Amino acid sequence: MEDVVSIASNNGDDIITKEVTLNMGPQHPSTHGVMHLVLRMQGEKIVKAEPDIGFLHRGMEKIAENLLYPQFVPYTDRLDYLSSMTNNLSYVMAVEKLIALDIPERGKYIRVIASELSRISSHLLAVGAWGLDLGAVTLVLYAFREREMILDLFEMLCGARLTYNYMKIGGVRGDLPSGFKEKCRDFVQIFPKRVDEYEQLLTGNRIWLQRNKGIGVISAEDAVDLGLTGPSLRGSGVKWDIRKDTPYLVYDRFDFKVPAGENGDCFDRYMVRVEEMRQASRIIAQALEQIPEGPVNADVPEFVSPPRKDIATNMEDLIHHFKLISHGFKTPKGEVYSSIEAPKGELGFYIVSDGSERPFRVKIRAPSFVNLQSVDPMSRGAYFADVVAVISSLDPVFGEVDK
Amino acid sequence: MEGKDIEKELSAQHYSLLVKKIKDRFGGDILETTLFRGEITHVVEKGALVELCRFLKQEPDLQFKFLSDVLGVDCRKALSCFEVVYHLYSIPNKYRLRIKVRVREDEKVPSVTSVWRSADFAERETFDMFGIVFDGHPNLKRIYMPLDWEGYPLRKDYPLTGFKDEYNPFGVEKV
Amino acid sequence: MGVTEGNVLFTTVDNIVSWGRRSALWPMTFGLACCAIEMIAAGCSRYDTDRFGIIFRASPRQSDVMIVAGTMTKKMAPAVKRLYAQMPEPKWVIAMGGCASAGGPFNTYSVVQGTDLVVPVDVYIPGCPPRPEALLYGFLQLQEKIKREMPSVFAKFKV
Repeated sequence: MEDVVSIASNNGDDIITKEVTLNMGPQHPSTHGVMHLVLRMQGEKIVKAEPDIGFLHRGMEKIAENLLYPQFVPYTDRLDYLSSMTNNLSYVMAVEKLIALDIPERGKYIRVIASELSRISSHLLAVGAWGLDLGAVTLVLYAFREREMILDLFEMLCGARLTYNYMKIGGVRGDLPSGFKEKCRDFVQIFPKRVDEYEQLLTGNRIWLQRNKGIGVISAEDAVDLGLTGPSLRGSGVKWDIRKDTPYLVYDRFDFKVPAGENGDCFDRYMVRVEEMRQASRIIAQALEQIPEGPVNADVPEFVSPPRKDIATNMEDLIHHFKLISHGFKTPKGEVYSSIEAPKGELGFYIVSDGSERPFRVKIRAPSFVNLQSVDPMSRGAYFADVVAVISSLDPVFGEVDK
Repeated sequence: MEGKDIEKELSAQHYSLLVKKIKDRFGGDILETTLFRGEITHVVEKGALVELCRFLKQEPDLQFKFLSDVLGVDCRKALSCFEVVYHLYSIPNKYRLRIKVRVREDEKVPSVTSVWRSADFAERETFDMFGIVFDGHPNLKRIYMPLDWEGYPLRKDYPLTGFKDEYNPFGVEKV
Repeated sequence: MGVTEGNVLFTTVDNIVSWGRRSALWPMTFGLACCAIEMIAAGCSRYDTDRFGIIFRASPRQSDVMIVAGTMTKKMAPAVKRLYAQMPEPKWVIAMGGCASAGGPFNTYSVVQGTDLVVPVDVYIPGCPPRPEALLYGFLQLQEKIKREMPSVFAKFKV
């Protein structure tokens, strides 16, 4: 039954109060998707916040067990649908680790450019939706203006706006089209000034500071214990970024900083995201300078289809392509785990192979799923309006929470 | 590769800390150690799991304070058991390690939520998808499927399209 | 619409009522998955929906249209039914995307194979995800459908 608690108010009389249970979601404008949050509150203060998830569980891991390795790549797009390139990249890198395949330099640089553009677009929407939730509605229109520019670049690259299916096992699906480098360079030149515009709107804003500073504080040890990764962890001061600590692709050739906060509150997580957008545009500028000429895909006919023009003229290549599409390739028996720094945190794929063309088990280590466990510690004792700020600062995406 | 080959493949530091130190301390509880694509996996007796995890977390040379993931694998056809896999990472030392436990269908696994709080949701997901019960978990109930769902979806004998009902006319007929 | 003479307009009640209903459709924000992002993009400054009179409302009790954008799972279906029941008449449903129309690429144990198994749907928009222009086209088709309806009071008594 309901708990009846009697507390003493300021002037000494006893007030008998009841604990209220409030259901927030699954349909709610500011829960970033389908989350059902069961809040037990004492007046306006939160006693316990329990997330109830699973409203978008689509069974992706079971689907992966029935498909060939290359056929699963479009499904990975639908995980963190705000930055589909990084999901593709993580799965493709795990399969390449399993079959011990290395891709040429140009392919690696193109992958880096695509991932960093994806990171910018994801953070833009995170900050924009955060403003929308807390009442700063102008920001989402500005953020989407830049996001449309990035989506134009992606449309030039692979033809799609949201779900790209661009990375493939052995490289990427196509080389950079003509005009892409110039357009990307233009974007990277104007972008830092746009970030300054957002900071002008929000960072010194008294209302923004009051709603975010000191809210949802989590210490560094608690954050590591709860499994937080990504900007949410770096907001608490732990400088762990997979791109710097265990570099993959060609990240060790770029000069970029990893921002970290101090207090572990919502405002620090916001500042980390804004600074990461700036650093990502620096990485793209450097990658556009350094990108070498050469082939884009690995030249291993057992695992990678040959280029299109060879398939049209050479009989052997045609047979390889046909066999790969219809039967796939056999992998060595074993298991691998490979993870990258996605915009939300550590996105990892664990693949168990039993020697056939289909994976035996695919497990997706989704960062938002693990980050969501910290909603409860962060919102204990806070007011109800702060829960919205806490959820927005963790930035969960329910495609990946529920898989 | 297993056994003596591992010592040749790894660097001296990695071998002494991640393989030798653990084997010296836990001896007979470590059933198997394998190395594949640079990743070390230890298969451990279920009874020594929590103690091993605590050792890995608190030992000053290792400091595996970050639990990446807990998951289950249905190996009933090949090994007639379920495997529960734990992925660990040490942030200051940058080591990765994998621990596995093998259990039969009706056995319970001790929960590691007392060591790392991030095991909470992950163990609930493993319970929901495979039916593996974790002893000592504070709140073990279904997380993805509705609370009154029957069956454990990620087991190999559960159909991909599910059973036929009002929402899915393409499902398998319920026997 | 009708015959005009100076400042006077002759038309039928049906025309006026359906013009009013279709020119100010207020959708409920019901984004479930990836299609929700394209829905937000359609509402932002490049593909503006406000010029059609479409304002996104959060509450089902203040909205006319429910855009089901994204995959509907069996766990979510009772909530969708309840939201549909909470909307006041007249109401319409747009199924946006492959997953809402027919389950999409997910023929699995937990996905409802199409929103029309749960609520009656008026317009289906295919795509994965459909471009914002496709969503706007879907709205225009819905407006055409509303134009053809006969909402007048006397329609009830037609024999």
